[in-house]
Amino acid sequence: MPNTASAPEAVTDRELRAFLYGLPGVDEVGAAARAKDLSTRSVKTTAKARAIDLAISMVDLTTLEGADTPGKVRALCAKAARPDPEDRTVPSAGAVCVYPDRVGIAVEALRGTGIGVASVATAFPSGRAPLEAKLADTRAAVADGASEIDMVIDRGAFLSGDYLKVYEEITTVKEACGDAHLKVILETGELATLDNVRRASHLAIRAGADFIKTSTGKVSPAATPPVVLVMLEAVRDHHRDTGRRVGVKPAGGIRDTKGAIRNLVLVNETAGPDWLTPDLFRIGASSLLNDLLMQRTRLATGTYPGPDHYTQD
Amino acid sequence: MAERRTDAKKTARKAAQAPARLSVRKTYKLYLGGAFPRSESGRSYPVTSADGAHLANASLSSRKDARDAVVAARKAFAGWSGRTAYNRGQILYRVAEVMEGRRAQFTDQLVAARGTDRTEAETIVSAAIDRWVYYAGWTDKFAQVIGGSNPVSGPYYNHSAPEPTGVVVVFAPQDAPLLGLSSVVAPVVATGNTAVVVASEPGPLAAVDLAEVLATSDVPGGVINLLTGRTGEIGPHLAAHADVDALDLSGAGEHATAFEEAAAQTLTRVLRPGPEDGAGERAWLDPDPGTSRMSPFLETKTVWHPIGV
Repeated sequence: MPNTASAPEAVTDRELRAFLYGLPGVDEVGAAARAKDLSTRSVKTTAKARAIDLAISMVDLTTLEGADTPGKVRALCAKAARPDPEDRTVPSAGAVCVYPDRVGIAVEALRGTGIGVASVATAFPSGRAPLEAKLADTRAAVADGASEIDMVIDRGAFLSGDYLKVYEEITTVKEACGDAHLKVILETGELATLDNVRRASHLAIRAGADFIKTSTGKVSPAATPPVVLVMLEAVRDHHRDTGRRVGVKPAGGIRDTKGAIRNLVLVNETAGPDWLTPDLFRIGASSLLNDLLMQRTRLATGTYPGPDHYTQD
Repeated sequence: MAERRTDAKKTARKAAQAPARLSVRKTYKLYLGGAFPRSESGRSYPVTSADGAHLANASLSSRKDARDAVVAARKAFAGWSGRTAYNRGQILYRVAEVMEGRRAQFTDQLVAARGTDRTEAETIVSAAIDRWVYYAGWTDKFAQVIGGSNPVSGPYYNHSAPEPTGVVVVFAPQDAPLLGLSSVVAPVVATGNTAVVVASEPGPLAAVDLAEVLATSDVPGGVINLLTGRTGEIGPHLAAHADVDALDLSGAGEHATAFEEAAAQTLTRVLRPGPEDGAGERAWLDPDPGTSRMSPFLETKTVWHPIGV
């Protein structure tokens, strides 16, 4: 995990606005072309095997359904700890991501494995709740043992230009997190433009986020390559300016090995190889892990495996 | 008299002035998931007629195309097997209807590709169309013939019902590119399986023509996927694929044993080549082939239900 930022400086609305509007604009066509260009890299054989193992160790295995039962959460934890029970060389997943009221079950199930529990909080996925409720949500998850908190920003406030409100909400939630790391979900599918994505990224980073995350997974489009590119540029620029490394987590829409490897290429070419670690890059997904395991088996045995041989959840 | 001659001259001059029409030649492509893509590898191979003349270039499928075909077939399985048997029958009959409208195309193809004489070609095309009608009729009847109630000692009803196996890879007969192909594919999909078909290596053009019929006759995309290319190149990957549930080795030829061994690794069902294989289109003419090509690709589900209450 990156070094948690020191207490963020107090800012005025005017100053924040000047900072965000002072950021260079994003060339939408250029970003799309750059992302598309990077998606054609050919990663094969030994490089692919390493990329698959790296991607597995970066997966935040996620279940965020109203129908999540304790049994389902335990099954997911078992899978995160040992993704392929028949092969001990498969690395374990980065973390398990659940709703706040399932944190206790997940922490219990993962005890001794070294895998962290991430919890979404602050009235996920809409973020439409009073600040007190959001803070209570966060504190409950941290008290139950969550080591990472995935908060959503108030998109309504952001889109109406109330940047200070968004900023202060992030700093307040960051305080409530204590030692837990804070991932800030920008929900880029609702931000409309890449300029907004860049502003929201820098806003979240400046407010003390340890990670910036693309989406909740409940809105489409989610983690599109141009969005991930712009966010990676934001963390790269922040590191250049301040020396502090912030992580990036694309979530939603990455379902197969090809998509995961394309994201790794984006990371390597944009933020640099330093970010190719689960401490600074995570992929939020549920169905991706099985495809990674199938591709891994394919490389190891030479035959295409079938989905029947892997667990559903 | 003089006038007529002038007219004839005029017509001749006009004909000489008109530019020669450019020939419109067909690109023979694969049929995957209801679309006609070229091979992912971009390769093709020349197809020749019986006397060695060049007919067309067909796509040379790669391992990746084979994998894509299995994915498409798996995706289509739930929908196809979930349809009522009666509806599957209607759709297979529709295939026959559309083929009937394209009789001339299939006949010309056989004459050009295999040097078959026209009467013989007509017979084979008719038999191929009839084969689809035959299996269309079987769709809602095989369950009654193959399954049924079993006598058991105890207060139970005991029923056995056949269910489709899943994704079946069909190696179509090499020397029977139309009737042989229809005879092996129709029974596989009639019972609700989805198919990945590896067309005859020397005669893939009739198979692509058939794919055009399938695409326009309400067969959902992905139910029948057609690959053209080298059986020896893509076959091993399909045979070893864990998401393939059964193999029909009709046209596997010299590779049959190797494919069967590869299939054993993942407990894949196998139908070995029969007496028709390698004996040409005529060997498939029997108008009543029975259930022998349907039953190998079925799983029997048996249900016990208490009597009374």
